[in-house]
Amino acid sequence: MKRIMAAPPQNTHTSLGYRIKRELHKNRYVYLMIIPVALYYIIFCYGPMFGVVIAFKEFDIGRGIFESPWVGLKHFKSFLADMYFGRLIRNTVLISFYDLLFGFPAPIILALLLNEIKSLWFKRSIQTIAYLPHFISVVVICGMIADFFSADGLVTKFLVVLGGEKVNYLGDAKYFRSVFVGTNIWQGIGWNSIIYMAALSGVDAQLYEAAVIDGAGRWRQVIHITIPEIVPTIIILLILRMGQIMSVGFEKIILLYNPGTYETADVISSYVYRRGLSESFQYSYSAAVGIFQSVVNLFLLITANKVSNRLTETSLF
Amino acid sequence: MIIKRMTGEKVFDFFNITLMVLIALIMLYPFYYVIMSSLSNSNFLIGDKGLMLTPKGFTLASYKMVLNNPNILSGYSTTIIVVVIGTTLNVMMTALGAFVLTRKDLAVRRLLTYMIIFTMYFSGGLIPTYLVVYKYLRLGNTLWALMLPGLISTYNLIIMRTNFMQIPISLEESAKINGANEFVILFKIFIPLSLPIMAVMVIFYGVGHWNSWFSAIIYIRDRSKYPLQLILREILLLNDVQGMMSEGAGTDAYNIGEGIKYATIIVATLPILCVYPFVQKYFVKGMMIGAVKG
Repeated sequence: MKRIMAAPPQNTHTSLGYRIKRELHKNRYVYLMIIPVALYYIIFCYGPMFGVVIAFKEFDIGRGIFESPWVGLKHFKSFLADMYFGRLIRNTVLISFYDLLFGFPAPIILALLLNEIKSLWFKRSIQTIAYLPHFISVVVICGMIADFFSADGLVTKFLVVLGGEKVNYLGDAKYFRSVFVGTNIWQGIGWNSIIYMAALSGVDAQLYEAAVIDGAGRWRQVIHITIPEIVPTIIILLILRMGQIMSVGFEKIILLYNPGTYETADVISSYVYRRGLSESFQYSYSAAVGIFQSVVNLFLLITANKVSNRLTETSLF
Repeated sequence: MIIKRMTGEKVFDFFNITLMVLIALIMLYPFYYVIMSSLSNSNFLIGDKGLMLTPKGFTLASYKMVLNNPNILSGYSTTIIVVVIGTTLNVMMTALGAFVLTRKDLAVRRLLTYMIIFTMYFSGGLIPTYLVVYKYLRLGNTLWALMLPGLISTYNLIIMRTNFMQIPISLEESAKINGANEFVILFKIFIPLSLPIMAVMVIFYGVGHWNSWFSAIIYIRDRSKYPLQLILREILLLNDVQGMMSEGAGTDAYNIGEGIKYATIIVATLPILCVYPFVQKYFVKGMMIGAVKG
């Protein structure tokens, strides 16, 4: 009797079916919780990821994603031959490049200057004020930009004093990128400085004390202690930024541009929106353009990471 | 030598503080200018307005016009519905997801974690997401299309999980001995002990819903279901103030439109400006947790 009781369970305990059953029973409430979360991720994240196949198909609404015929790289080829291809690449890369050149160092400089302020109250106030534009909706920001850069606008008036033209700056293609990048800095300088402020607050105070004993003034302390401490942060953010060269956020672009400024303003993401969801509904073509953008971005990210790894021994992965 | 250095540092401090004050002015003045313009008589807003340190011909006429406008009111109510229901769902789902990932004895925990993190780096992109929401789920023209696609922000989920992990395991164990199941543990122990991070999440998601406009432009066809930001876009950027001036605006139609623009900005931004001073430190905290863990 005893032997029979002891032997068979040994077998069932290790069988996969039993183990699954036991796990499901033991964590039954947890699995109940997983259901809505998993449904969300499957439907809204993995669904669209799978839906990317339409870029290689001729999507037909009536037939759906599965039944639509495969066309291989047709849409990628027609994008490369698109009459706007050159313009889109040029605008995207130039806006990204200007944003990198002027917009990337700005929050670093702000953080370094803020770090030199001794009055905590004053520092906090400046930070609070500088974060503000980040919280205002992009529609309101763009509405204000359109008003301030109009021929009678606030900013235009300052520019005229400085010797600029009295024109509607958003209506003129040659000014679009400057307005776009300039206002980007205004929006982001405070918020983007947070991460550097965090890095700076982690610097060991003993380093500064030692430097003072060695006779280093504030300038030398900044050069030899403060800046080296935030270099790894700067490099990581720079690598991440390189992985976004091909994507200029489309929200601000489509709020600010108009057919008269497409020549300098239209970027890949705004073109995807127009071709796919607004002026025409070429789903497959615009999905292909979107993939092109992601692939180039991924390539740039990996390259930047490799270069950084070799030169500075700092890397993402 | 030391004296020279001291004066040099004093000069630097002086310029640094001046520069910071200047930056603060550049950040704040545009908003001040909008407030002053919204309180001005529209006839004075045409042409050169000067620096506008005080309202020109103080009047609340623009605000009356805006607050009586049916589009603004319907936009406001749509946005409030989306903010309230959407944020509630966001926070609930994020808490569920974060809690599940803290279950150490869960067999699928690692798999689940990887599958969730994966979505931070790869996504289907604009068009495939649109097709799923619009063509397959048929959520077009419903407010669900504004709430469901971004139901969980994986970034927020990771922040909340990090927070949940700091809760001492002994609390949970003693609850289990008393017969509590995981739902009780989540709602009676984890959430009450994480109220600060819950507040951060409410603000993160709430401000996001309040400011969002793009999903409405692609999913909502019916004007009566437009959220506030889309109405704003028509008024501010498409210069469509016609709807507002139909009632007896007369010949000054264009002038009145100017005042309306500024008053609309204030009416739409006031809720954010009111909560901002109180919540911004939570935002910064949330951002720092993310930065450290990311």
